[in-house]
Amino acid sequence: MILVWMIGILLAGGLAAWAAARRSADMCRRVALAAVGAELILALGLWASPPVATNYPGRWVAAVDWPWIDSLGIRFCLMADGIGVLMLLLVGVVGLLAVAASWRDVTHRVGFFHFALLWALAALCGAFVAMDLLLFFFFFEMMLVPLFLMILLWGREHRRRAAIKFFLFTQLGGLFLLVGVLGLYFLHYARTGTPTFRFFDLVHEPMSRAAAWWIMLGFFAAFAVKLPVVPVHGWLPDAHAEAPVGGSVVLAGLVLKVGAYGLLRFLLPLFPLAVVELAPAAMILAVVGILYGAVQSYGQSDLKRLVAYSSISHMGIVLLGVFSRNELALQGAMVTILAHGVSTGALFALAGMVHRCTGTYDMGRMGGLWKKYPWLGGAAMVLAMASVGLPGLANFIGEFLVLLGAWKASPVLTILAAGALIVSVPYSLKIIQQVFHGRGATASDLPAGAGADLRERAMLAGCIAILVWLGLAPQAVLRTSAAAMQAVSAAAATAPAPNAVLPNEPGANQ
Amino acid sequence: MTPQDFIALGPLLAVALGAIAALLSIGVRRRPRAAFAICGLGLAAGLAAIVPAWRVAPRAVTGLLVVDGYALFFTGLVLAAAMAVLVLSAGYLRGRGEHAEEYCVLLMLATLGACVLTASTHFASFFLGLELLSVPLYALMAYGRTQRPNIEAALKYLILAGVSSAMLLMGMALVYADLGSLSFAHIFADVAQSTEPMPWFLAGAALILTAVAFKLALAPLHFWAPDVYQGAPAPVTAYVATVSKGAVLALALRYFGPLLAAGEPARVPLAFLAVASMFVGNLIALRQENVKRLLAYSSIAHMGYLLVALLAAPNAVTAVAFYLAAYFATMLIALGVLVVLSRPGAEAQTLDDVRGLAWRRPWLAAAMTAALLSLAGMPLTAGFFGKFYVLLAGSGAGLWGLVIVMVINSALGLYYYLRVVAALFASAEQPVPAAAPLVPLPWAGAVVLAALVGVLVWLGTYPAPLIQMIRLLTAGAN
Repeated sequence: MILVWMIGILLAGGLAAWAAARRSADMCRRVALAAVGAELILALGLWASPPVATNYPGRWVAAVDWPWIDSLGIRFCLMADGIGVLMLLLVGVVGLLAVAASWRDVTHRVGFFHFALLWALAALCGAFVAMDLLLFFFFFEMMLVPLFLMILLWGREHRRRAAIKFFLFTQLGGLFLLVGVLGLYFLHYARTGTPTFRFFDLVHEPMSRAAAWWIMLGFFAAFAVKLPVVPVHGWLPDAHAEAPVGGSVVLAGLVLKVGAYGLLRFLLPLFPLAVVELAPAAMILAVVGILYGAVQSYGQSDLKRLVAYSSISHMGIVLLGVFSRNELALQGAMVTILAHGVSTGALFALAGMVHRCTGTYDMGRMGGLWKKYPWLGGAAMVLAMASVGLPGLANFIGEFLVLLGAWKASPVLTILAAGALIVSVPYSLKIIQQVFHGRGATASDLPAGAGADLRERAMLAGCIAILVWLGLAPQAVLRTSAAAMQAVSAAAATAPAPNAVLPNEPGANQ
Repeated sequence: MTPQDFIALGPLLAVALGAIAALLSIGVRRRPRAAFAICGLGLAAGLAAIVPAWRVAPRAVTGLLVVDGYALFFTGLVLAAAMAVLVLSAGYLRGRGEHAEEYCVLLMLATLGACVLTASTHFASFFLGLELLSVPLYALMAYGRTQRPNIEAALKYLILAGVSSAMLLMGMALVYADLGSLSFAHIFADVAQSTEPMPWFLAGAALILTAVAFKLALAPLHFWAPDVYQGAPAPVTAYVATVSKGAVLALALRYFGPLLAAGEPARVPLAFLAVASMFVGNLIALRQENVKRLLAYSSIAHMGYLLVALLAAPNAVTAVAFYLAAYFATMLIALGVLVVLSRPGAEAQTLDDVRGLAWRRPWLAAAMTAALLSLAGMPLTAGFFGKFYVLLAGSGAGLWGLVIVMVINSALGLYYYLRVVAALFASAEQPVPAAAPLVPLPWAGAVVLAALVGVLVWLGTYPAPLIQMIRLLTAGAN
């Protein structure tokens, strides 16, 4: 029930914030902040709460399972285990960050902006706890419209193109997901005669090799676009760069994570055999992504695009971890998801503040900001180091665990990935060097008071505190997700023996 | 004819009586309000008469019509849509200097034809219903006698519809020549039993299919749709897009469904029409600057999606019925917004007419956005479950090729829907046409739009009751 409350609070908060904007813009922002704060408090409560009894394997801390469309076996089934709780916490933290980062960034149509933001967050919450595949798809699609409007209405100059591109890419991927879900549904229906979309009913569905491949590809297409995996990443740089600051924070901090979450939660357990065959290719794509993202990132002169490309690189690490399929690597992927969500979200927020100070995102026209705005410089330094993977900060734990786990799966690719990670150092340093050091053309005539105000300092300090805490004591997070990750890696490892698989369809033997 | 037969025909009789009463009232005194009220009452009585009719269903009446749950569901859909169009028309016709009374009568007659089509099981009632639906439409399209686009649209529709009617008659004649019967039931039985090829029957069926494809504006027989959608008065466009196509589709499902279940040959041309309609509709819509034309091409594509569901026969009925209900609500909103935005002499139809609407008329823009998202199949709108249901039916029948084509087309379609949404939300920095003075909306139109948006969201969040109803009503059909 608490999960329904979370989504409900965000939806109602969106409407309330819109209504409050008639009174004053600040009122609207406070309402939005309160709604996201309430979500975070509920998520913290879930984190501490004991497991509830369910009919399904796993350690679930909250569950609702209501009939929705009975005749088709679609249920309103929301359940949260360790992975879900961590994702909900991330929604809360990044959501607060997004509201705070928009405080001085969004000045017109404030009510509608916060409405869209909170509805996007609500859909994200739903996607992270939906355990009915159709309900997951429902939330997966539902988040697109508010995000589209956020980019379209408050974005930069090429916003219209970026918004439509973002929508088209994700929607096409999403439709392949739907076809895959339907394929799975009919396989199950043909075998048992029961219509159901519930994950637990479909999870050990025996299927021929060809069927598993095709259905798995449908799922993979959707999540690969969201993550994004390199050949289908085209929407990301534009969407992230053109979106308003709050939109970029949500996109990088949460929306990309839906792809990672989908791979972890659905792809690995549902198609253990096909995933084994896909793994080498996916891991190669991951290494390519790490390298490509890093190189592209270094080549950017636009601060936001630089951060956007660095996301591709980091998501490559997540992909590598997921397809290594052992507990260590999966835990590493989970930590990377959280660490990247917070650190990149904060970097985008910081980019927004730099833009407010300098009036540009072009790094060529910046420089010497440290003297003027030491707070921004200090925060940027820590965040850039987090992005590099400096020990003591959260990203290091994630990358380290992923590499450890990946070594078991493929030493060669691990060496390549580790090499690629080194390439990622320069782009982080480039931020510090070009933006904060050196002599800027505009540094002298910058407004003194435009730097981070108290709210923004608290926000950046909070993000840095989380990164340091995760970096020094990741055990709290690792313990939360351990049970769920063990289940995932067990499901992926104990694939039914080949002779238990249904007879192959004719022609499926190649 | 027994009393039971009259109860079964109640909805049709109510509509017919409404038309006659409206006609008589004109003879006594011309008053637009009275005519609209009488016709509205007739449609409401028709809707109410569905309940007693359901009690005696299924019932074959006179060998031409069968009143079963299937017919009653589509009759209800047609009557509800006609009611919405009637209310929207009332505000639209005011101040246009045309007599509104005959408009009501023509609308009622066309609706009667549509109802006959949904219940038809015989070529005679098929043809009568189709003509009763089409002939008033010629007049309705040309209702603005002084408006060039109206006349042009009506003329195009008249000539092409005339040709298609001739083809339909020829096809019926050929089928009759081969099988010696005009009743669907006999035809299905003969086709199921036949062992040798039936060239005359096949030729006849092909001609009938052509005529139906024309009425549904399936590619490559879609050429009339964009011009007619654009040229006709907006409420008439809404009527053509929903009632006219829906009734023909209901008949097509009744007629082609069993034939599809019987044999493979019929699938190939239908699959061709489906694929062609999807691609033609979506690709041409990409560059449209006129919202009415855009909706015309979009509806060509949507008819293609519906054909995918139809091809999934015999499990197609629920999918088609649900999709049509969702599509009716969606199209009525999209065109309804254009109706209430139109002023005499200034039909709202281009992208420029709706640019920045969100900041001038937020509620209308919200309704239009909801409709466009529903057409695109986004969650929280009826279109989401409509598309889901069609994909479900298609993949359930193993039509994976068509399902993939539909998925690709959905993404194509999304692009132009988003273009319109982007125009609706375009900010004031971009060039805005001299903002039309804000005239208060006709309240009746606003109420209808609000109700339709309510239906749209209801079907998009909790469609279970409607699905239950469709299953209950159409159990046993097909």
